[in-house]
Amino acid sequence: MIGPLAYPTGMFSRVITLLFAALLVLSGCGDGAGDDSGQSAGIAAADVWVKATDEDMSAVFAVISNSADTDATVVGVATDLTDSAELHETADGTMRPVESFTVPAGESLILEPGGNHLMLMDLTEPIEPGQEVTLTLEFEDGTTFDLAATAKDFAGGAEDYDDHAGHDGHDHEDHEDH
Amino acid sequence: MKRRALFGGAAAVGAAAVGGAVLGSAAAPADAPRPHGTDTVPFHGRHQAGIATDAQAHQSLLAFDLVRGVDAEAVGRLLTLLTDDAERLTAGRAPLADIEPEMAAVPARLTVTFGFGPRLVRIVAGPTAVPAWLRPLPPYPTIDRLEERWNGGDLLVQVAAEDPTTVAHAVRMMVRDARAFATLRWRQDGFRHAAGTHRPGTTMRNLFGQIDGSANAVPGTEEFDRVVWRDGPEEWLVGGTTMVVRRIAMDLDTWDEVGRTAREFSVGRRLSDGAPLTGGTETDDVDLDAVDERGFTVIGPAAHVRRARTDDPTQRIFRRAYNYDGVDGTGLVFTAFQADLEHQYLPMQARLAELDALNAWTTPIGSAVFAIPGGIAPGEHVGQALFG
Repeated sequence: MIGPLAYPTGMFSRVITLLFAALLVLSGCGDGAGDDSGQSAGIAAADVWVKATDEDMSAVFAVISNSADTDATVVGVATDLTDSAELHETADGTMRPVESFTVPAGESLILEPGGNHLMLMDLTEPIEPGQEVTLTLEFEDGTTFDLAATAKDFAGGAEDYDDHAGHDGHDHEDHEDH
Repeated sequence: MKRRALFGGAAAVGAAAVGGAVLGSAAAPADAPRPHGTDTVPFHGRHQAGIATDAQAHQSLLAFDLVRGVDAEAVGRLLTLLTDDAERLTAGRAPLADIEPEMAAVPARLTVTFGFGPRLVRIVAGPTAVPAWLRPLPPYPTIDRLEERWNGGDLLVQVAAEDPTTVAHAVRMMVRDARAFATLRWRQDGFRHAAGTHRPGTTMRNLFGQIDGSANAVPGTEEFDRVVWRDGPEEWLVGGTTMVVRRIAMDLDTWDEVGRTAREFSVGRRLSDGAPLTGGTETDDVDLDAVDERGFTVIGPAAHVRRARTDDPTQRIFRRAYNYDGVDGTGLVFTAFQADLEHQYLPMQARLAELDALNAWTTPIGSAVFAIPGGIAPGEHVGQALFG
């Protein structure tokens, strides 16, 4: 696994209950660490990655699970890479910021291409493939959860996370005028 | 043939890269053999997997060249990505950012093994870190017809599994994640007998019909450990080994002209079962001194076994070859692992280059040498000890 060495707090002993627990085989360790109490205490993260880019936007994806018996609500994300990081949803083919994500008790929030994700904007430096990017999820009770994301080259199945208005027909990578 | 719901519930695995080895069982009749697609080989350990591993049916060797400008830090990122991919794929889990996690669900004893060429070692740790033996084999002008497109490479990735679809997908993941750092120099695909067609441990046949790989050390034995694994002295090679890849073209047209007796004489073993022409079974030692009723040695002076064999137990090598057959011709992707390349491999290769009856029908067309770092611990990338 990538990441856990930098975040050695008690992830390994946590019981992770997932929405698809019967179907999924987890790696046994997570890509993050949270507080001992409060909403982030039951949170675990797996498969955290960020799209490598040499442009000023990117997106972060992960499976965030909540083993507590109460819901947890993510209200923000922070990273050293930019002051401009937001929670985004994708609806009707359009990405837009949302106020919060709920991680239901005993279930998971899936952040994936074409769906919910963490949006990074106004990046001033490239994110290189294989680079580890750290982020902090902020919960509504003030607790936090640190994520370690691995940067991956991702062509993206026509999802465009480099361009905030990416679905307007002017995708610079694939649709040059011919 | 009954259809089995191998992927029952796979639709639920849409989550970003949380693939799982999903086995449906409801539709399988009770007497059907158990599918072995979910069998796995542990990725972590003292040694890299894929060497002592009972050879899988399908293999792709990939040799990458690092692109200009890639420095030690970038090599570290590349190895981090590929190690993570390999760790996940060999466990039947999807790599990060793979939007087709179903493709990882059947690992089929997948192993991914990494080797370093001299340039990678130099970039990471400087010229003094490159072991003296980590360089191209000496030229063998009597036999070599090397083509540059099959030679060398900075980074070797050996991908092997019982299922060719699994191999293809793992190769794709490696190529995709290497793209920002390296170009694919060569790829050599090979096959052995399909899983389940022979008793486990059966020595394979090459495309000359010969039993190929007799007298190999057996993984798990003290002899194997002595032949293959290094104790160092370099920290990054503790538990590692050295690897030679030779692409050996086989001329089936001229081989066709040879009768069965001469074919057996050229090797010194029976075609039927690989036993020495001096008798016994495949595992029995060859009697190089035995003579026939006319006083000639039963094993001819140029017979492959006579020339390849050594009486010195410290000079043995471990072979793990695959057949190739396709538009590029027919032959053997010969791979050999040995702790000490100069002491174990080079004398044998020199003897064969000097005299080996098989040289009449075989031609080395590619050659490469790699250092295989030791095993990988959880949280590490391959070769991490090489990085300061």
